[in-house]
Amino acid sequence: MAIRLEPRGEVSQGMIYGSPLVAVAATLVSGLVLFAILGVSPLDALFTFFISPVSSLDGWTELFVKATPLVLIAVGLSFGFQANVWNIGAEGQLTIGALAGGGLALLFFEAESVLLLPAMMIAGILGGMAWAAIPAFLKTKYNTNEILTSLMLVYVGLLVLSWLIHGPWKSPDGMNFPESRLFHDQATLPVFVSETRLHIGWLIALAVVLTSWIVMARHIIGFQVKVIGMAPMAARFAGFNENKVIWIALMISGGLAGFAGMIEVSGPIGKIQPMISPGYGFTAIIVAFLGRLHPVGVLFAGMLMALTYLGGDAAQIELNLPNAVTGVFQGMLLFYLLASDVLVKYQIRLGPSAPIVFKAGPSK
Amino acid sequence: MIPDWLTPAIMTIITASTPLVFAAVGEIMVEKSGVLNLGVEGMMIMGAVAAFAIGVTTGSATLAILFGALAGLVLALIFGLLTLNLRANQVATGLALTLFGLGLSALIGHSFVGETFSGLPKLDIPFISKLPIIGPLVFGQDVLVYMSVASVFFAGWFLNKTRWGLVLRAVGENHDAAHAIGHPVNFVRMMAVLFGGSMAGLGGAYLSLAYTPLWVENMTAGRGWIALALVVFASWRPGRAIFGAYLFGGITILQLHVQGFGVAIAPQLMSMLPYLATIVVLVLISHDVNRFKLSAPACLGKTFHPSQ
Amino acid sequence: MNKSSLIGIGLAVVLIIALLSSVGQGPSEKAKDDGKLSVGFVYVGPIGDHGWTYEHNEGRLAIEKALGEKVKTTYVEKVPYGPDSERVIGKLASSGTDLIFTTSFGYMDPTIKVAKKYPNVKFEHATGYKRSDNTATYSGRFYEGRHVAGLIAGKMTKTNTIGYVASFPIPEVIRGINATILAARSVNPDVKIKVIWVSSWFDPGKEADAAKALIDQGADVLFQHTDSPAPVQVAEKRGIWALGQASDMRQFGPKAHLTAIIDDWAPYYVARTKAVMNKTWTSGDTWGGFKSGMVRMAPYNKAIPADVVALAEKARKGIIDGSVHAFQGPIKDQAGKVVVKAGERASDKMLLGMNFYVEGVDGSIPK
Repeated sequence: MAIRLEPRGEVSQGMIYGSPLVAVAATLVSGLVLFAILGVSPLDALFTFFISPVSSLDGWTELFVKATPLVLIAVGLSFGFQANVWNIGAEGQLTIGALAGGGLALLFFEAESVLLLPAMMIAGILGGMAWAAIPAFLKTKYNTNEILTSLMLVYVGLLVLSWLIHGPWKSPDGMNFPESRLFHDQATLPVFVSETRLHIGWLIALAVVLTSWIVMARHIIGFQVKVIGMAPMAARFAGFNENKVIWIALMISGGLAGFAGMIEVSGPIGKIQPMISPGYGFTAIIVAFLGRLHPVGVLFAGMLMALTYLGGDAAQIELNLPNAVTGVFQGMLLFYLLASDVLVKYQIRLGPSAPIVFKAGPSK
Repeated sequence: MIPDWLTPAIMTIITASTPLVFAAVGEIMVEKSGVLNLGVEGMMIMGAVAAFAIGVTTGSATLAILFGALAGLVLALIFGLLTLNLRANQVATGLALTLFGLGLSALIGHSFVGETFSGLPKLDIPFISKLPIIGPLVFGQDVLVYMSVASVFFAGWFLNKTRWGLVLRAVGENHDAAHAIGHPVNFVRMMAVLFGGSMAGLGGAYLSLAYTPLWVENMTAGRGWIALALVVFASWRPGRAIFGAYLFGGITILQLHVQGFGVAIAPQLMSMLPYLATIVVLVLISHDVNRFKLSAPACLGKTFHPSQ
Repeated sequence: MNKSSLIGIGLAVVLIIALLSSVGQGPSEKAKDDGKLSVGFVYVGPIGDHGWTYEHNEGRLAIEKALGEKVKTTYVEKVPYGPDSERVIGKLASSGTDLIFTTSFGYMDPTIKVAKKYPNVKFEHATGYKRSDNTATYSGRFYEGRHVAGLIAGKMTKTNTIGYVASFPIPEVIRGINATILAARSVNPDVKIKVIWVSSWFDPGKEADAAKALIDQGADVLFQHTDSPAPVQVAEKRGIWALGQASDMRQFGPKAHLTAIIDDWAPYYVARTKAVMNKTWTSGDTWGGFKSGMVRMAPYNKAIPADVVALAEKARKGIIDGSVHAFQGPIKDQAGKVVVKAGERASDKMLLGMNFYVEGVDGSIPK
């Protein structure tokens, strides 16, 4: 039997809320099957994945700590993706931002100044921007595709980190181990829920979400970004400067990624070490699209993504499930969430063929 | 005379580049049809684990290669169903596919850690394979290396010389126009996606059967991403992709050799060379705006809404 | 772009939570107090890496085997350095684990931090140097194994070139390179060592590439300080010798594999777990070698001549009884300066922070 997708006249209000629920239902059902195959009580497993990580205040603060870099980076990337600027090198920009911000902390190691932290933040943002400026420059000046340049610069950035931390920046009293000195309090982000690790980086992330929401909705830049993304020709006729938008998109995404890097080293890490991010720059791309490239959506998506990581820890500790299960489960959850989008714009009809036919298979 | 190390060094480069050639050629076909699948890493690692598991259990290299391709294809099918039939976002789905593939391969591969596979048989023609340089390089490789080179020629011929290649490119350039003249847009794209998946699977199979005949988690170690970058580097031309793969592989091996000779440069800085070289070469070939723009498929990454 | 569709995602999260909450009590609510000692492990790699993490996991399994019903073990694998490790260690500590092994250098500060918060939980951190009342440190004197391996390599090489596939220039790795060349030169003064850094602990392909490059440059014995068995496989294929790292890698190169330096954490892990059970656990530093069984040699290859095996065994026994030391003076650095005087031995402090090459290493330490 043929399954038909018919476009709705306009987006379905019901499905806007309904589609994620469909995705959740599908995930739960698949989760039941997956865990049953693995020989774990499915309900226990789902509980462990989604509830137990956030069943305490501590859990929520950990969720926010984990979501902070994801949200910050994804908000920045959303700007670029809407303007069809494909910055997939946020991981590199994060690394350089962390090095710039953290480097300042090492340079003024003894400084007892309240200005150090703000200076580190600016350095982190500038570091990320500088790294993103390379693809922006090559794209606008030499027409070099930013997918390749930004991705290749990820590896270069990680090697810069590795070189610095195995060489000039390692702690003088750290037995030649590859770690910098621990930052002093003046260079460390304050924690605002005592007894937890929840630092002000989370508040910064929330502020960034709010600001970019306003910018995208109200400011001319937000409008230009959207128009260039949706109708480049029209944008050209309207006299928007395409190069300017490329620069702005990469500066915003690079700057925010760099900021996230600085927040990581100055917040929960507290020093520079060989590995600063476990791939936040790439995960944030998923978060950006999962949040429909909208700041508020990104906020929720970032928290959901963070929850799956916390759930993965819990599943290993409490159920002895291997880490690999987390990857499989995350993948499934994302597949369903992404696929359920279709319900917003289309309705599914069963029956004989009409204008466009999709069979439940690869061919038609 | 020819230095002794030259032939084995070139052999090493060929080995290092072959997985990249497979995955890049496959992804070129996908992207030429207007689909951006960032899940190459996930499809590759599934190819690697499936090929190795089948190779070890059956002992048959042919079956192993076949199942490597099949595993990549199955993952690509998931991607295709989601992005083409259900119109999910391609970028996010591709990345989710990588998460999924890395996880699933680790689950499947768990019981194969510590096993070995005797490796793929190499071509050995009496006398000819013994010729200096040419012998081992041209007539002494394993079957997958020949397949990778053949795939380059096949993709070039298919895209430029066949009617279906023309249709595929048309779909990638302007899906609305292609649809209007009656081309089955999503069918063409699905076929391209499946081809790309099986090629990525073959690339993975080469890793676990020939390059390092063993299975360990995450053994692709980012090669899928390099393959994606090479597609852009190649400006979507199969011939340039093999050039890019060999350039990347060549510089990687070269910097290792330079280290062996005791040059006092930090290895991290040396390891940057292949990435930087790719950027520089791409800048050189892409600064001619008019010529370069023609090669990037205009509908790349855009979802096709048939009746809007 | 429809704003409210985003809120749907938020809704999804809430719904999952609501749905599952109604299902009832989860496993975390289950009483932990079943009388078993709970031991947790934090791993940096996957347990399927056949290297560093694999061996730690073997140690965990040894605890289960030795103590059976009296213990319960858990592990979390692929835990990245930084915030994630602190969260995971904290989560283990808060969920009733009595003894936690954090098995990589990068977990040092997080371990110390969490240990402060949970004074009743015992922590064991591998390869670090920071301790507290409830945090002990431990590591292996793998250089002792490299001494024995170096002797064998010095005798077996025909080209007088040893190839060394290295990860990162940290003291642990540099110590291994130095121990190897000192031992090899003691039996064959013409030996050189060539080092290639792959800037990764784990990338089978790149490790194989580096191994091939070393062979092409004349090496006929391969050492590695990276985690995958790929270099051993390359050696087998190219018909030269190789030494395994961290675990017995014989099956990857039955002909090439001379022996391997095995990290055997089992005796230590079992002993420390028992100590917690008997309430005799105290903090401290353990740097165990052949003597404590933390470092072992894999079976010697049959192709090694008997006199070489005897030489190797003599050295191994000498190290155990204290008559032999891998860093016995006089030792000169590359510039020819004496760093350890004749008749003296390198101090543990010098070994721990080792940051120079000794004579005989080709090239210089990357700075």
